[in-house]
Amino acid sequence: MALLDVEDLSVTFRQRGKRTVRAVDGVSFSVDAGEVVGLVGESGCGKSVTSLALMGLLPRQPGIAVEGRADFDGTDLLRVDRRTMRDIRGRDVAMIFQDPLSSLNPVIPIGRQVTEVLARHRGLSGDAARKEAAELLDRVGIPDPNRRLKEYPHQLSGGMRQRALIAIAVACRPRLLIADEPTTALDVTIQAQILELLKDLVRDSGTALVMITHDLGVVAGMCDTVNVLYAGRVVETARRKPLFAEPRHPYTVGLLGSIPRLDAGRGERLSPIRGSVRDVLPWADGCAFAPRCDRQVDACLGQPPQLALTHTDRTYRCVNPVPPAGSPAPASPTAAEPAAEGIVPAQATAAEDAPAAVEDAPAPAEDAPAPVAERATPPAPREEESA
Amino acid sequence: MFRFIVRRLLQLIPALFGLSILLFIWLHRLPGGPETAILGERGTPEMRAAIRENLGLDEPILVQYGRFMQRMFRLDLGTSIATKREVTTEFLQRFPGTVELAATAMIIAILVGIPLGYLAARRRGRLLDHVSVAGSLIGVCIPVFFLAYVLKAIFAENLHLFPASGRQDPTIEATRITNFFVLDGLMTREWDAAADALWHLVLPGLALASIPLAIIVRITRASVLEVLGEDFVRTAEAKGLTERVVRQRHVLRNAMLPVATTIGLLTGGLLSGAVLTETVFAFSGIGAFIADSISQRDYPVLMGFIMIIAVVFVLVNLLVDLSYSLIDPRVRVR
Repeated sequence: MALLDVEDLSVTFRQRGKRTVRAVDGVSFSVDAGEVVGLVGESGCGKSVTSLALMGLLPRQPGIAVEGRADFDGTDLLRVDRRTMRDIRGRDVAMIFQDPLSSLNPVIPIGRQVTEVLARHRGLSGDAARKEAAELLDRVGIPDPNRRLKEYPHQLSGGMRQRALIAIAVACRPRLLIADEPTTALDVTIQAQILELLKDLVRDSGTALVMITHDLGVVAGMCDTVNVLYAGRVVETARRKPLFAEPRHPYTVGLLGSIPRLDAGRGERLSPIRGSVRDVLPWADGCAFAPRCDRQVDACLGQPPQLALTHTDRTYRCVNPVPPAGSPAPASPTAAEPAAEGIVPAQATAAEDAPAAVEDAPAPAEDAPAPVAERATPPAPREEESA
Repeated sequence: MFRFIVRRLLQLIPALFGLSILLFIWLHRLPGGPETAILGERGTPEMRAAIRENLGLDEPILVQYGRFMQRMFRLDLGTSIATKREVTTEFLQRFPGTVELAATAMIIAILVGIPLGYLAARRRGRLLDHVSVAGSLIGVCIPVFFLAYVLKAIFAENLHLFPASGRQDPTIEATRITNFFVLDGLMTREWDAAADALWHLVLPGLALASIPLAIIVRITRASVLEVLGEDFVRTAEAKGLTERVVRQRHVLRNAMLPVATTIGLLTGGLLSGAVLTETVFAFSGIGAFIADSISQRDYPVLMGFIMIIAVVFVLVNLLVDLSYSLIDPRVRVR
């Protein structure tokens, strides 16, 4: 049984005078203890809203509806009462945010911001709390922690601030950590350091980590399992190596194709996904990605694609998936496959990677979310602004 | 910190110098003079000239200014033409009244305005929010003297809940030490005198509080709304902190930054005298006295009072800046 089981999570924003927006539309995924799970997608695909919904941090307004289930060790995070949720937040489930400067209170010393969570959940106060806070800062790699405790966020560098934020998140040794684009606001060298730190913390503490990112480089370096989100739904789920080796959903292929590679030949051009995340179809009318997809066929329109479950622990939501590497391309009505170029380097290593991927997965059957029967949802228009 | 204070005080010198020149020219350029106030319409030109000569007003303006500056360096503000008393004495007698009144108004405005603004922000779009926003608009719009008359008519003259005028009941034998009547009463343990002085402050304090109150409500509301949307409030929520801690430690403290600046500016304004309120309630502060002095062209009083008010204004704002650096560590004074 997974530590966190998200089933059919939907978040709908209704505002008078505006279109109803379904930012998250039936997302399902699961996270095992100690596992690193990626939620990947472009801006506006519902990644952040998913994390805020799980944390119970969406504004409690009549216009915002959260549906579905998020079973965290027997507790449904979406149904639990506010007081219990306050006990869970910061203690069992903690979150690391994107922009470390704005996520820290500018007028309170770092130390206080660490000790207040220790006081809230672990009952530490005074010297004991300060000592523990200094140890936490030391653990996340902040030098001279006793001095830093007295400093204010604006006196720290960007990397230090993110480390402090991580220290706050891991202060109560949560079982689940949600990191929402934790490296986006940092420069590249610092990004690598922060990712290393997160990896170490996860390995040492056995904390499960949900990594929300648009950066497949981050996914490649960290995640055990990857969920690719598009327009509020999971379109492909796979273990990391199979996903990179043979992406099946055209959107995943497109994401991989749009990563700049240092080892690419001089003449090779990036192949970005055409169109923007605004050009979506409501899921009820077919595949939301269809307007941007190179492999679009007639079957893409009319009704939403079902989740297809393959013999390995992977699912995808596509009626005309990219054929797996090595197999002869089945005759497809839209044979043109410009996007497939993007995975050529990966295909070469696919054979070596496949067995390794199996080793990586101790319990493959549990990792993959069960295929979810499509619900009859009313047509739900969406907008990018929703996320 | 110390250097910051010294520098700010040194900056006062050129400011006061400039102010004194402008003020001197402007006052002496006003048509008419103290001789008209003293003699009325009937004075002969000879009598007028005699008075002007007596007061030294017949000399060239530069000479007059030079003499004024000479006295300033000895901290001597001269003698009032109208009351024949030392300007300093007049000031020390009246300014405490204005300070008491301004403090009362500010305390009312802060104690009501900040909680109201906070609640309006938390209940955004609901009844309390609409009521407080509309109310604060009305508060800004109603002329103070009108509100003062209405309060006086209802609570003093009809309901007899509060005294209609003055700073203290004249039948009370109160000892004067500082001329802060409430403070004097407390210091001498004349409790009835202190209570009576406080009682006299309520209505003028309410009238004077209306505009600062309205402004504080609006600034607090806007500031809290802004802070509620900040990422660090979400972080605080994500820590699972109790609502009280999130509210007090994270929301209110940050929301107070712009409010503190506003309060400082408003306080400076209140201390420069509330002419209309003081007039309606016959409250002997500096406001009404300055107004009289203008019509009587009482040059020494005007020069002296306005210069002192300028100093007080600068000091109040200095205090605000210092307090600002206490609540916001990013603004460390240098």
